[in-house]
Amino acid sequence: MTDHLTMDSIARLVPQGSRVLDLGCGDGAMLDYLQRERGCSGYGIEIADDNVLACVKRGVNVIQLNLDEGLPMFDDASFDVVLQIDTLQHLHNTETMLVETARVGRIGIVAFPNFAHWPNRLSIARGRMPVTKRLPYQWYDTPNIRVGTYKDFEVLATKSRLTILDAYGLQEGREVRFLPNARAGTAVFKFERG
Amino acid sequence: MSLVAVAQSMQFSEPLALQCGASIRAYSLAYETYGRLNADRNNAVLICHALNASHHVAGSYEGLAQSEGWWDTMIGPGKPLDTDRFFVIGVNNLGSCFGSTGPMHVNPDTGKVYGADFPVVTVEDWVNAQARLLDGLGIQTLAAVMGGSLGGMQALSWTLQYPDRVRHAVVVASAPNLTAENIAFNEVARRAIVTDPDFHGGHFYEHGVVPKRGLRIARMIGHITYLSDDVMNEKFGRQLREGLDLRYTTQDIEFQIESYLRYQGDKFSEYFDANTYLLITRALDYFDPALRHNGNLAKALSVAKAKFLLVSFSTDWRFAPKRSREMVKALLDNRRDVSYAEIDAPHGHDAFLLEDPRYMGVVRSYFDRVGKEVGR
Repeated sequence: MTDHLTMDSIARLVPQGSRVLDLGCGDGAMLDYLQRERGCSGYGIEIADDNVLACVKRGVNVIQLNLDEGLPMFDDASFDVVLQIDTLQHLHNTETMLVETARVGRIGIVAFPNFAHWPNRLSIARGRMPVTKRLPYQWYDTPNIRVGTYKDFEVLATKSRLTILDAYGLQEGREVRFLPNARAGTAVFKFERG
Repeated sequence: MSLVAVAQSMQFSEPLALQCGASIRAYSLAYETYGRLNADRNNAVLICHALNASHHVAGSYEGLAQSEGWWDTMIGPGKPLDTDRFFVIGVNNLGSCFGSTGPMHVNPDTGKVYGADFPVVTVEDWVNAQARLLDGLGIQTLAAVMGGSLGGMQALSWTLQYPDRVRHAVVVASAPNLTAENIAFNEVARRAIVTDPDFHGGHFYEHGVVPKRGLRIARMIGHITYLSDDVMNEKFGRQLREGLDLRYTTQDIEFQIESYLRYQGDKFSEYFDANTYLLITRALDYFDPALRHNGNLAKALSVAKAKFLLVSFSTDWRFAPKRSREMVKALLDNRRDVSYAEIDAPHGHDAFLLEDPRYMGVVRSYFDRVGKEVGR
């Protein structure tokens, strides 16, 4: 999902020169982009060996940790921005990690596949789990251990006492601000502690 | 194309003041170099050794079979630390028994062999001596300093003692200090040596004996802690050395693991010096850069300017991942550039000397970046 337009859209939420912690940073493309285009610095967290290697190759700082263990290594408000780009759906402790994200970062930014996007609804209405560009896996063979919707996240954010600073959908790299829960494959939230 | 290693030695006549208050008046350091120092003299990488290793890091000695350096899997032409790009230096530490001035040499002040009178040396003292070697080689700044275990402690200490002389530090399977359990293992090993009747208070050379029994036991206990439970079970399990039937003996070898440990102990006692073992394990015990900062490691590391790569291994219980994470956290608190790989390997502490492709890949990629920085 880290195509150029999507990356660009999320990067615009990150203030120039921020110190960034990217949870589940993948191959480090986002951090690399933020370092080059927006003068940011920071670290990625990854569990997968091949992604750690890819980050080192790029020259992106990466720390190999399991996010299911929380973020005990990081102090309160020690980063300007904490990112969770396509990470939430892989975590067992989603709620804890959301609170941790807001604890460690002055701003949290979360992006994840929106299960309420209309093609998904259509597929469910036909009685089948969706297999789309955004959710390309069969139900029996998916790395996503949970799926949620744009609206679901609003509810969880409120429950976790987060203040939503900005929220929108992303579809084909374009921002969707009208009916994002139905019209966007990706949900994006920018928040801080309430 | 295999690398030919040539052992060299540098003499120092200016006294080296040691942390313990004593000084060494004249000494020599054994070292080897691989690759070429570039015109800008900025592609040098220093390798620091651990307990029982030496300056012979890579390559083989001409005409000598099975004489590969202890980190030959890591260092050489086309290897993760590529000697076609970097000028790599291996150095033997003071107090060791592989060529640098140590307890078996003559003290110029007394004309007698040092033995137990060799001054207590620390990680910091070693780093100071290594810095003088670099001065002698005309190297102001290291592209990187690298070490595993006790060698990693030296690499870390370099970034604190000479922050302007190190661009990168690669710290593998190491710790910011030893835990009580770790000191305890060292103490068992030391007691084994010291209580060997052949030790003679550390002056065994003049009696023409070697406290081999103590050295054997020291090595056996060390070996146990370098392996993981899993790898030991996989390698030896409950296998008997001979046949399938128990022999009901309390003193002879029954299990394969006993045979293995005895073999390792015997081998070690043939080449390692007892006083060196005491000195090096003490240096391990003493290393604690946070001590002067009320145990605050972040404060201790605040002077470091280098960029860091840390690597640990999941089954290493002697230098556990947890200890590497402490260093990572202290570096994060200081906003240093740091990457950290925690390799899920079954081999315990020994993993840092083995050829795990993930480990090798991360180090290779890291040095690739370092090489680009220094224009190689």
